[in-house]
Amino acid sequence: MIKIDLKLFVTLSKYLPERSDYFEIQEKTTVDKLISDLGIPGELVKLIFINGKKKDSKYQLKNNDRVGLFPPVGGG
Amino acid sequence: MGNLKFEERYDRNFNTLSPEEQKNLGASKVVVIGLGGLGGTVCEMMARVGIGHLTLIDGDVFEPSNLNRQLLSEEHLMGFPKAKAAKKRVNAINSRVIVNHLVEYVDESNLYERIKDTDVVMDCLDSIDTRFKLQDAAKKALVPIVSGAIAGVTGQVTTIIPGDSGYELIYGKKSRKQSKGVETRTGNMAYCAFLVAALQSSECLKLLLGRGDTLHNKLLIAELWTNTFEIVDLV
Repeated sequence: MIKIDLKLFVTLSKYLPERSDYFEIQEKTTVDKLISDLGIPGELVKLIFINGKKKDSKYQLKNNDRVGLFPPVGGG
Repeated sequence: MGNLKFEERYDRNFNTLSPEEQKNLGASKVVVIGLGGLGGTVCEMMARVGIGHLTLIDGDVFEPSNLNRQLLSEEHLMGFPKAKAAKKRVNAINSRVIVNHLVEYVDESNLYERIKDTDVVMDCLDSIDTRFKLQDAAKKALVPIVSGAIAGVTGQVTTIIPGDSGYELIYGKKSRKQSKGVETRTGNMAYCAFLVAALQSSECLKLLLGRGDTLHNKLLIAELWTNTFEIVDLV
């Protein structure tokens, strides 16, 4: 197992698990799989960032990654 | 009071800005598109900081639900065009600012004409679909965009230089389906709108003066329940 620091923004925050800052997942889990395991409808996630850099959903998560999932924000 | 001395009006801008930089701002042209939660506050800051030429565009009128966050909205202005209120406010602050106010909505038919002669365009829109149209027009016009967006207590800011992938990096490929974002479910809080408008105004000044670090190919995200502030590298 590895652990990640998970942040879910705006409407995604309702899917945030317990101890999200020390969330345990299987090694080599992709972001796609993480989104699915958390029960988040995939189309709600528009921007994925890992350690402050944009990544795609095929990215394989590593120990201590800081993971952010962000929905479309368009209000003015 | 339009005869106030330059040195007096901008005394507290010095020495953050040099007199030459202040004069450069006075000669600068900025277009603000969308005069709601973000755009109304951006107008206030553009006027106070000393931008000399402003084009202020919004086809909408005020309604009661604007009062929670839109700086220009006042109880007696219900039904009044936002663009007219914006011009009035800017010229009340500084009667020398040349304001072109347009009570109209923007789309692909008028965007290029509205922005082609400006130095910076401030994207304060509330439609993702229209943001993509603005990016197309700004690419053709070779004008940078400073874009802000809000939902609830979350805000984002980025600077798009012509030719960047810009909104595609944030929203994915453009799609008719995503006219609105999650703000339709969260609403928008005043302090978040003001914060994002302030960050946009700062970006605008940096572009105009060629100073400091901009959010080019970066997205600044602010989430205020958790005090999360993050700058994401988009490329």
